[in-house]
Amino acid sequence: MTFALAVDCGLVVLVLGMAIWTIAARTTFPAVAGFVAYGLLLTLVWMRLAAPDVALTEAAIGGGLTGVLLLGATSRLRATAQSAAAERPSAPFRLIVAGLCTLISAAIAAVVLLLPDPAPTLAPEAGAKLSLTGVGNAVTAVLLAYRALDTLLESAVLLLALVGVWSLAPDRFWGGAPRSLALRYRDGSLSLLGQVLPPIGIVLGVYIVWVGADAPGGKFQGATIIAAMWVLTMMAGLQNPPELGRAWVRLILVAGAAFFLAAGIAGFWLAGAFLAYPPGFAKPLIVAIEAALTLSVAATLGLLVAGPSARPVRT
Amino acid sequence: MSLILDAFTVVAVSLGAVFFLAGAVGLLRFPDTLTRLHALTKADNVGLGLVVLGLLPQAERPLAAVKLVVAWLLVQLASGTVSQLIARAARRAGPSA
Amino acid sequence: MSGTTLFGLCAAVLVGLGLYGVIVHPQVLRRVVAFNLLGAGAFLLFGVVARRGAEAGMGGDPVPQALVITGIVVAFSATALAVGLLLRLRAVRAAEDADR
Repeated sequence: MTFALAVDCGLVVLVLGMAIWTIAARTTFPAVAGFVAYGLLLTLVWMRLAAPDVALTEAAIGGGLTGVLLLGATSRLRATAQSAAAERPSAPFRLIVAGLCTLISAAIAAVVLLLPDPAPTLAPEAGAKLSLTGVGNAVTAVLLAYRALDTLLESAVLLLALVGVWSLAPDRFWGGAPRSLALRYRDGSLSLLGQVLPPIGIVLGVYIVWVGADAPGGKFQGATIIAAMWVLTMMAGLQNPPELGRAWVRLILVAGAAFFLAAGIAGFWLAGAFLAYPPGFAKPLIVAIEAALTLSVAATLGLLVAGPSARPVRT
Repeated sequence: MSLILDAFTVVAVSLGAVFFLAGAVGLLRFPDTLTRLHALTKADNVGLGLVVLGLLPQAERPLAAVKLVVAWLLVQLASGTVSQLIARAARRAGPSA
Repeated sequence: MSGTTLFGLCAAVLVGLGLYGVIVHPQVLRRVVAFNLLGAGAFLLFGVVARRGAEAGMGGDPVPQALVITGIVVAFSATALAVGLLLRLRAVRAAEDADR
């Protein structure tokens, strides 16, 4: 057994241990804490699978932002936890479900062991046209050039989720600000962190977006960092969540997808097909689309964490 | 020369791992929140510092070494703030926490 | 057995564990957490396929990796919507209990 295989075995044991802990924990808070640790361990697994862009995304969104969301929900749903704990299903039911899930796992494991060898891959084709797109990172090229339609639809899905969250506000609060994210007791050290960290975080986020063209990185990872800095300032009480009915809020949210769509439609005139980039202009167009998308995605992710309106519009 | 650097890396990272282990043992064995916090933050800050120190010779460019140190400083900032928050919440919750 | 195959088997177990959690937990927030576990396992499966397609100087096939990145972001937005629904449901139930 080589050293690399031993490290992989250790990682698998840790990941499975955290997953079992998350499922088997009695109360919700340990389960959510276990889930955040599980996300971080998965980041290491993604690095072992030679996918640094995915590792960054998993650490930022999968572990970080989802963890913030779930922790906030845990504290606000604590009252219902006790009543739900009494409804645990019976042991025979759980045994049958465990048996069926084991069957499903076995089927997927069989598929993994029977994967074709040599593995079919699109890597050579992706690499062959990389010089045309102007970017050096193949994953960024796939996201913004080869499968740009998927990224356009994804930004639309993010906006749809935000609209879904907003629609949960009572009618009298529509257009108002979400409930304040600030902690109940104002804390000096959190205020200090909220003042010192965001400048560093914003520079890091923009750097990751910029460097994603040629090295691991990209706009989703960078936008998540910028959104996290915004959420941090809101949690420290240094800023209030904006009123959701304001025009500038909605403009920022829509700007990315709208610019992307406009670039796609312009592709009809400039290059002959939807979302086709004119030769020689691919790199500047991709950078511009990434910039607009970063702003919108950061705002969307921050507002998804903030939640629906909880106060009436201040007239 | 590279052998000495590799040996330094192994020694420093192992020492850092020992500190992390000590912090984890403290987390499990200490009686209440404040003492557990103490064990965690002391061990993790020194442990991470030793790991970063050990990885510095392995950096290909000076900029990578600077990034490692910046990562360590950011973790210090974040963990310091989080320890303060947890400690104040524990003190507010009373001696039962 | 290579490390990649090991991660593939790990992904299979994670999918089973997540599915068990989604079905069995009475509290909906736990089901959301288990659903995220299940999703991460499925993404890991994609990652294994991507790693096996390593060629042309790249560490892995970039297309499945891009799909996973999209998937992680969409899973987060689904979780945010689910959490919003849960909190609203609790608020409505609390208001009904207060009126009773």
